[in-house]
Amino acid sequence: MLNQRNTTTLPDGAGVGYKPQHFQDLLNAPGAVTWLEIHAENYMGDGGRQIAQLRHLADHFPISVHGVGASIGGETRLDPEHLARLKKLVDWLNPASFSEHLAWSTHDSAFLNDLLPLPYTKDTLTRVTAHINEVQDLLGRKMLLENPSSYLAFAESTWSEPDFIREVARRTGCGLLLDVNNVFISATNLEFEALDYLDAYPLELVEEIHLAGHDEDADELGRKLLIDSHGKPVDEPVWALFDHVIARTGARPALIEWDNDVPDWEILESEAARATAQMEAVVAGQSLMVSA
Amino acid sequence: MTQDTLPQAPARATVSQAEFRAAILNAQADVPEGLVNPDGQQASKRFSVYRNNVVHSLSEAMLTGFPVLTKLLGEEFFREMAKVYLRIHPPASQLMMHYGAALPGFLESFPGTLHLKYLPDVARLELALRRAYHAGDADPIDPAELTTLGQHELMEAHLTLAPACEVLQAKWPAKSIWDFNMADGPQPSAGGEDILISRIGYEPKTFLLPEGAAEFISSLLKGRSFGTTLGLATSNTPDFDLTATLTVLIAAQAITGIDRA
Ligand SMILES: [Fe+2]
Repeated sequence: MLNQRNTTTLPDGAGVGYKPQHFQDLLNAPGAVTWLEIHAENYMGDGGRQIAQLRHLADHFPISVHGVGASIGGETRLDPEHLARLKKLVDWLNPASFSEHLAWSTHDSAFLNDLLPLPYTKDTLTRVTAHINEVQDLLGRKMLLENPSSYLAFAESTWSEPDFIREVARRTGCGLLLDVNNVFISATNLEFEALDYLDAYPLELVEEIHLAGHDEDADELGRKLLIDSHGKPVDEPVWALFDHVIARTGARPALIEWDNDVPDWEILESEAARATAQMEAVVAGQSLMVSA
Repeated sequence: MTQDTLPQAPARATVSQAEFRAAILNAQADVPEGLVNPDGQQASKRFSVYRNNVVHSLSEAMLTGFPVLTKLLGEEFFREMAKVYLRIHPPASQLMMHYGAALPGFLESFPGTLHLKYLPDVARLELALRRAYHAGDADPIDPAELTTLGQHELMEAHLTLAPACEVLQAKWPAKSIWDFNMADGPQPSAGGEDILISRIGYEPKTFLLPEGAAEFISSLLKGRSFGTTLGLATSNTPDFDLTATLTVLIAAQAITGIDRA
């Protein structure tokens, strides 16, 4: 069984992906932002300014450590050196949350710095389950698993993504990070209904939500192809899906992910403020309905 | 219907991650069979999204990591070169802060750069600056501490240098090239430079070293005593200037401890 050592959890409010250029703004005028997410791999150096700033921020905000390099969906065993670095970071920072992706990035010791897709089969279910168990045992805490954004499908898949994720969570006890933008991207690209996906998805296990912007492209036949670019404001249909989710989960820690063409603080904060306002409106609407 | 005309379930090709990776790193490779569009047809452009993402993120990491080389070669050329580099040297670790470690050697044989002999030294300097930026923290000693040691004590002592400290013996004026491009330094003149890379607070800095000082500091970094190190330095460089060398080490906030034997 997992030994749950984390003493804090993320607040049910808005957070942002931390960018060093916002360090002072966060301390001076955090506005709607109540917690921060960092990419684990950027804080695995031995010291220097970035780690010093993180130490300082951790005194003011709950921190979510979000890994992009563990390669949970990889065919080969998890990289022991990387796991040791992850453990070192999680041990000293003692973050409110740790999450990783249902994806792979490393093969034969080459790290591709991208989240690559995997088929959903009996074999990959066994492998992902074993890898998550290994990470949770090593870190001594529960991790959250994030759903990917997909551009294509695997002919060999025998599970739907929501069923696969539900089964992984059942077998490992992991929590879920629901990226609503990823659901919208995958639904558009693979031509399924986002609402059907959410109906099948175990919303009761969601401990964090991601919101982000995407780009629009087209495939060779002119069909819409959305790209998970994290370089824009959250798109309206994604905000609508977010409402749909929180109407079912209640307010949750909701993150604005903006990693490319990072905007001025005011713009990022206004996205966080919108997430907060939508959560408050949905929750207020529900209590009205209960009292009516 | 005869046996051999019975409809067969379509073969479901499995895609290994080795195949997937190979097809990502080779833009000419066929998309692995079994990766499909929503209509079940073989994917093509959709696969190239992954290809583009990988190439883009690794090229960006190279641009960020080598600002002076980018300036010297021009962004367009550097991006094209980064695409060739990443196929030969995909990252060996998840730490993108160290990506590009094989670039000095690559520049020596890449057709577009092999005639620009000074580039590998500039690459080595940019890599050292990055390592210094992420190196462990250590406070410098008060330089006055050095003067409290008697002659014999000093010779027996071991000086600890900051984790950020490195020495680069460049055949080309790498520091001057860096300063000229990034800090409005004067036009570089020909000739090699011995360079100390260190950190002042959180800021990586470079310092030109007097003759013999590179060997002296390298010997300290190897853990040899002050006396042994000084002996080596004076026998290699007859007019070795200890005062000038210590002055640079102190200015670089490089000495972080004195271990008295
Ligand atoms: Fe996400």
